[in-house]
Amino acid sequence: MATTITKHETLVGKAIRRREDPRLITGTATYVDDIQMPGMHHAAILRSPYAAAKIKSINIDAAKAHPGVAAVFVGADTKDVGPVPCGASLPGLRVPHHYILAIDRVYFVGHPVAVVVASDKYIARDAVDLIEVDWEPTGAIADPEKALEAGSPAVHPEWPDNTAFTYHQEGGDAAKAFAEAEVVIKQRITSQRLVPNSMETRGVVADWNAADRSMILWSSTQIPHLMRTLVALMLGLEENRMRVITPEVGGGFGSKLNVYAEEALMGFIARKLGKPVKWIESRRENFLCTTHGRGHVDFYEIAAKKDGTITGLRVKILQDLGAYHQLLTPAIPTLSVLMLPGLYRFKNVTADIVGVFTNCTPTDAYRGAGRPEATHGIERMVDMLAAELKMDPAELRLKNFVHNDEFPFPTATGLTYDSGDYAAPLNKALEIVDYKSLRAKQAAARKEGKLMGIGMSTYGEICALGPSPATPAGGWESATVKIDPTGKVTLMTGSCHHGQGEETTFAQIAADELGVPIDDILVLRGDTAIVQYGIGTFGSRGTAVGGTAMYFALQTLKDKIKRYGAMLLDSDDVTYADGNVICNKTGKNAPLAQIAGAAHRAMKLPPNTEPGLFATYFWEPPNFTFPFGAHIVVTEVDKETGKIDINRYVAVDDCGRILNPLIVAGQVHGGVAQGLGQALCEHAVYDDDAQLVSGEFMDYAMPRASMMPWIEAEHTCTPSPVNPLGVKGVGEAGTIGCSPAIVNSVVDALSPLGVKHIDMPMSSEKIWKLANA
Amino acid sequence: MKINVTINGQAHSHDVEPRLLLIHYLRDTVGLTGPHIGCETSLCGACTVEVDGNAVKACTMFAVQADGHDVLTIEGLAVDGKLHKMQEAFWNEHGAQCGFCTPGMIMASKQIIERNPNPTDEEIRHGLEGNICRCTGYQHIVNAVRAAAKA
Repeated sequence: MATTITKHETLVGKAIRRREDPRLITGTATYVDDIQMPGMHHAAILRSPYAAAKIKSINIDAAKAHPGVAAVFVGADTKDVGPVPCGASLPGLRVPHHYILAIDRVYFVGHPVAVVVASDKYIARDAVDLIEVDWEPTGAIADPEKALEAGSPAVHPEWPDNTAFTYHQEGGDAAKAFAEAEVVIKQRITSQRLVPNSMETRGVVADWNAADRSMILWSSTQIPHLMRTLVALMLGLEENRMRVITPEVGGGFGSKLNVYAEEALMGFIARKLGKPVKWIESRRENFLCTTHGRGHVDFYEIAAKKDGTITGLRVKILQDLGAYHQLLTPAIPTLSVLMLPGLYRFKNVTADIVGVFTNCTPTDAYRGAGRPEATHGIERMVDMLAAELKMDPAELRLKNFVHNDEFPFPTATGLTYDSGDYAAPLNKALEIVDYKSLRAKQAAARKEGKLMGIGMSTYGEICALGPSPATPAGGWESATVKIDPTGKVTLMTGSCHHGQGEETTFAQIAADELGVPIDDILVLRGDTAIVQYGIGTFGSRGTAVGGTAMYFALQTLKDKIKRYGAMLLDSDDVTYADGNVICNKTGKNAPLAQIAGAAHRAMKLPPNTEPGLFATYFWEPPNFTFPFGAHIVVTEVDKETGKIDINRYVAVDDCGRILNPLIVAGQVHGGVAQGLGQALCEHAVYDDDAQLVSGEFMDYAMPRASMMPWIEAEHTCTPSPVNPLGVKGVGEAGTIGCSPAIVNSVVDALSPLGVKHIDMPMSSEKIWKLANA
Repeated sequence: MKINVTINGQAHSHDVEPRLLLIHYLRDTVGLTGPHIGCETSLCGACTVEVDGNAVKACTMFAVQADGHDVLTIEGLAVDGKLHKMQEAFWNEHGAQCGFCTPGMIMASKQIIERNPNPTDEEIRHGLEGNICRCTGYQHIVNAVRAAAKA
């Protein structure tokens, strides 16, 4: 018992390359569409070409008779399957019954109407074309403002005002702030509909075993456990006999934080036919049927004193909900309300939301989920206020930030900001761009007739969703650590990462806590038969909540390891370090593998200790975390073409303690790309008949490599006191910080021409018109 | 139709429908699921493979058009367990997040440096125009291509 102890090299904080990558770069990872099973059938879905229509009749005879077709189902066959669930609850919320296949009416283009199951996917698609539907189109409405006008077509005939809910929240006394204001600015600000477009579309494989009354569902999802609970309820199955497996997931961005009709539909089919069935969403279907993001028309009013002190904010939000509530649809704009004060000290806020039904695809969470909308609004208003007062926008922000000695800071919207130094990232970004000389350069450029812009945003966000009382299905996360008899370590997390790199970061945490080589650690997630119940990955919670649960499970297990070590070393004075329990008196040590063997053989047990090395921890976060940062963007607008060149992009983010700088950089870059997409080019455009006209990559402009500027990503570090890791979350930061910084920069570029505000996306056409008005 | 295709150095013979897309042939018939389907309209590049040394989008080609040709997929890139330098660079530079675009991205990137062994960042970005990544913002991918070019 005196082997050499190898000093463990600390891994947390190091830019180590990801442990999940070998399978991704060799093409050997398994996504849902890679699953093949004997006897597997393929489903293809007939979807409505109309945004609003009655179904007078459906003739499926020809489809059924097509060689290779096993079955065709329509709404009448599936009407007893539970509705697609809405997990959000708001007072007075109107929830339309969301059948998995339309019964006698369709409400948006893409609404599923019938499903064909065949031995081959080509045959299934052929047979879909053989289904004849006699449609009677009715009036459709796509524009949320028009939908509220009297006489507009009713999306759901039972609610002719197209209003799903109204919501009011206030803090402080906004009426007084506005009555006493020296300056008031008003602006209508939109945040257009976006399509999340994960590169892997959705997909489901279902397999039913009648003898066991059990079902396995493979789904590309961010929430395997919640899906198991909800789909079991929809299908009337026993939850403990349902297993959801989430193989590799090719991106989600909130669009897979949901339970869709197709999961229950494939389960229904597998049970009916007794055969495994696969459905893989086409890209066209992904555009039409997977939830969209944003869809805000907002009316902002900001009140201030002449010296630039912001005193109040009044906001009315119209949220385009689409035709139905998906899992969290109505809850998303309430997150916007929470985020309205941004990083600023003012205490008077009043906010109203009108949730509007339209004949469009449902909206729901998309990277940032409610927070980019609010940040875009407040950051635009602060810039407009600076322009009105002829103050520098950086100076105005610094004047209004929450002070460092005010944390924990209670906001007007009921949050408690955990920790921060809000001036630090802004000052750092200003320093990086050499702000003073940059403004001088701009003045010189303007003299030459150039349209150069300097824009900034200072954002805060609500991360680590979240304390359970604030989250519909629980906001905790779970973790299990087990050590096998040979000393190898397995981590099982209720988080369900899909690109965020937690197979690496969680292993870094465990390697440091246990003092073992990272290669000895395996991270498992995404299988309800393997992992204890979990909540999933969304809302920048993976590391801040799931990683913290893992940290606590590791502490629990370390206590047990120490008890076994103390027994083996016959001492009650021991410490655990570098993978060994060490007797403080004698210096003798017991390595982890030896302890693991002893704990499993259990010839002798320490007092009050069970055999084996296994610990599970469910961690309930006491608060959200609140990352923050500053982005500065330098642009130049070409007057002749309306093209926007981004000449410099500086992002200084404070996401608390950084576990792996390489992964954090990747999150920031990717987030910025999605914010840039919204600012410049992405837009789910519906025409007057509520047809999605930008419903393919040909028409919907995704950011491509040549559009992206070089991102200079820097950090400040203010650890969060909410969790022992000190982490805050970084998945959504780039997106939230980006769009207002770019828009502020372009408005600044065009300000000599009298431009005060531009709505997104800032297409070349729109900019050319403004520059040449 | 009977077709003979060499894939990753191995000869394959199959009887296929004339309308079968090359990407479905590779994934469903041959069982090589490394190339992915992101759009089926040749706009995203997730299905990129090489045919006779040229990068092509396998969703825009019929399997029968590959008859008598030589196809290389992501699975054929590593030789005797040794990663291709582009794979190694994607790993080192964190060029993959969710990994779905990655096989196509690596095949396109390999082509970029084969055509231009010393590309500028602008040339790399231009070369990646046919491939969409939703996760990375492309910066680490650009770093990876540059690193592989120098390797």
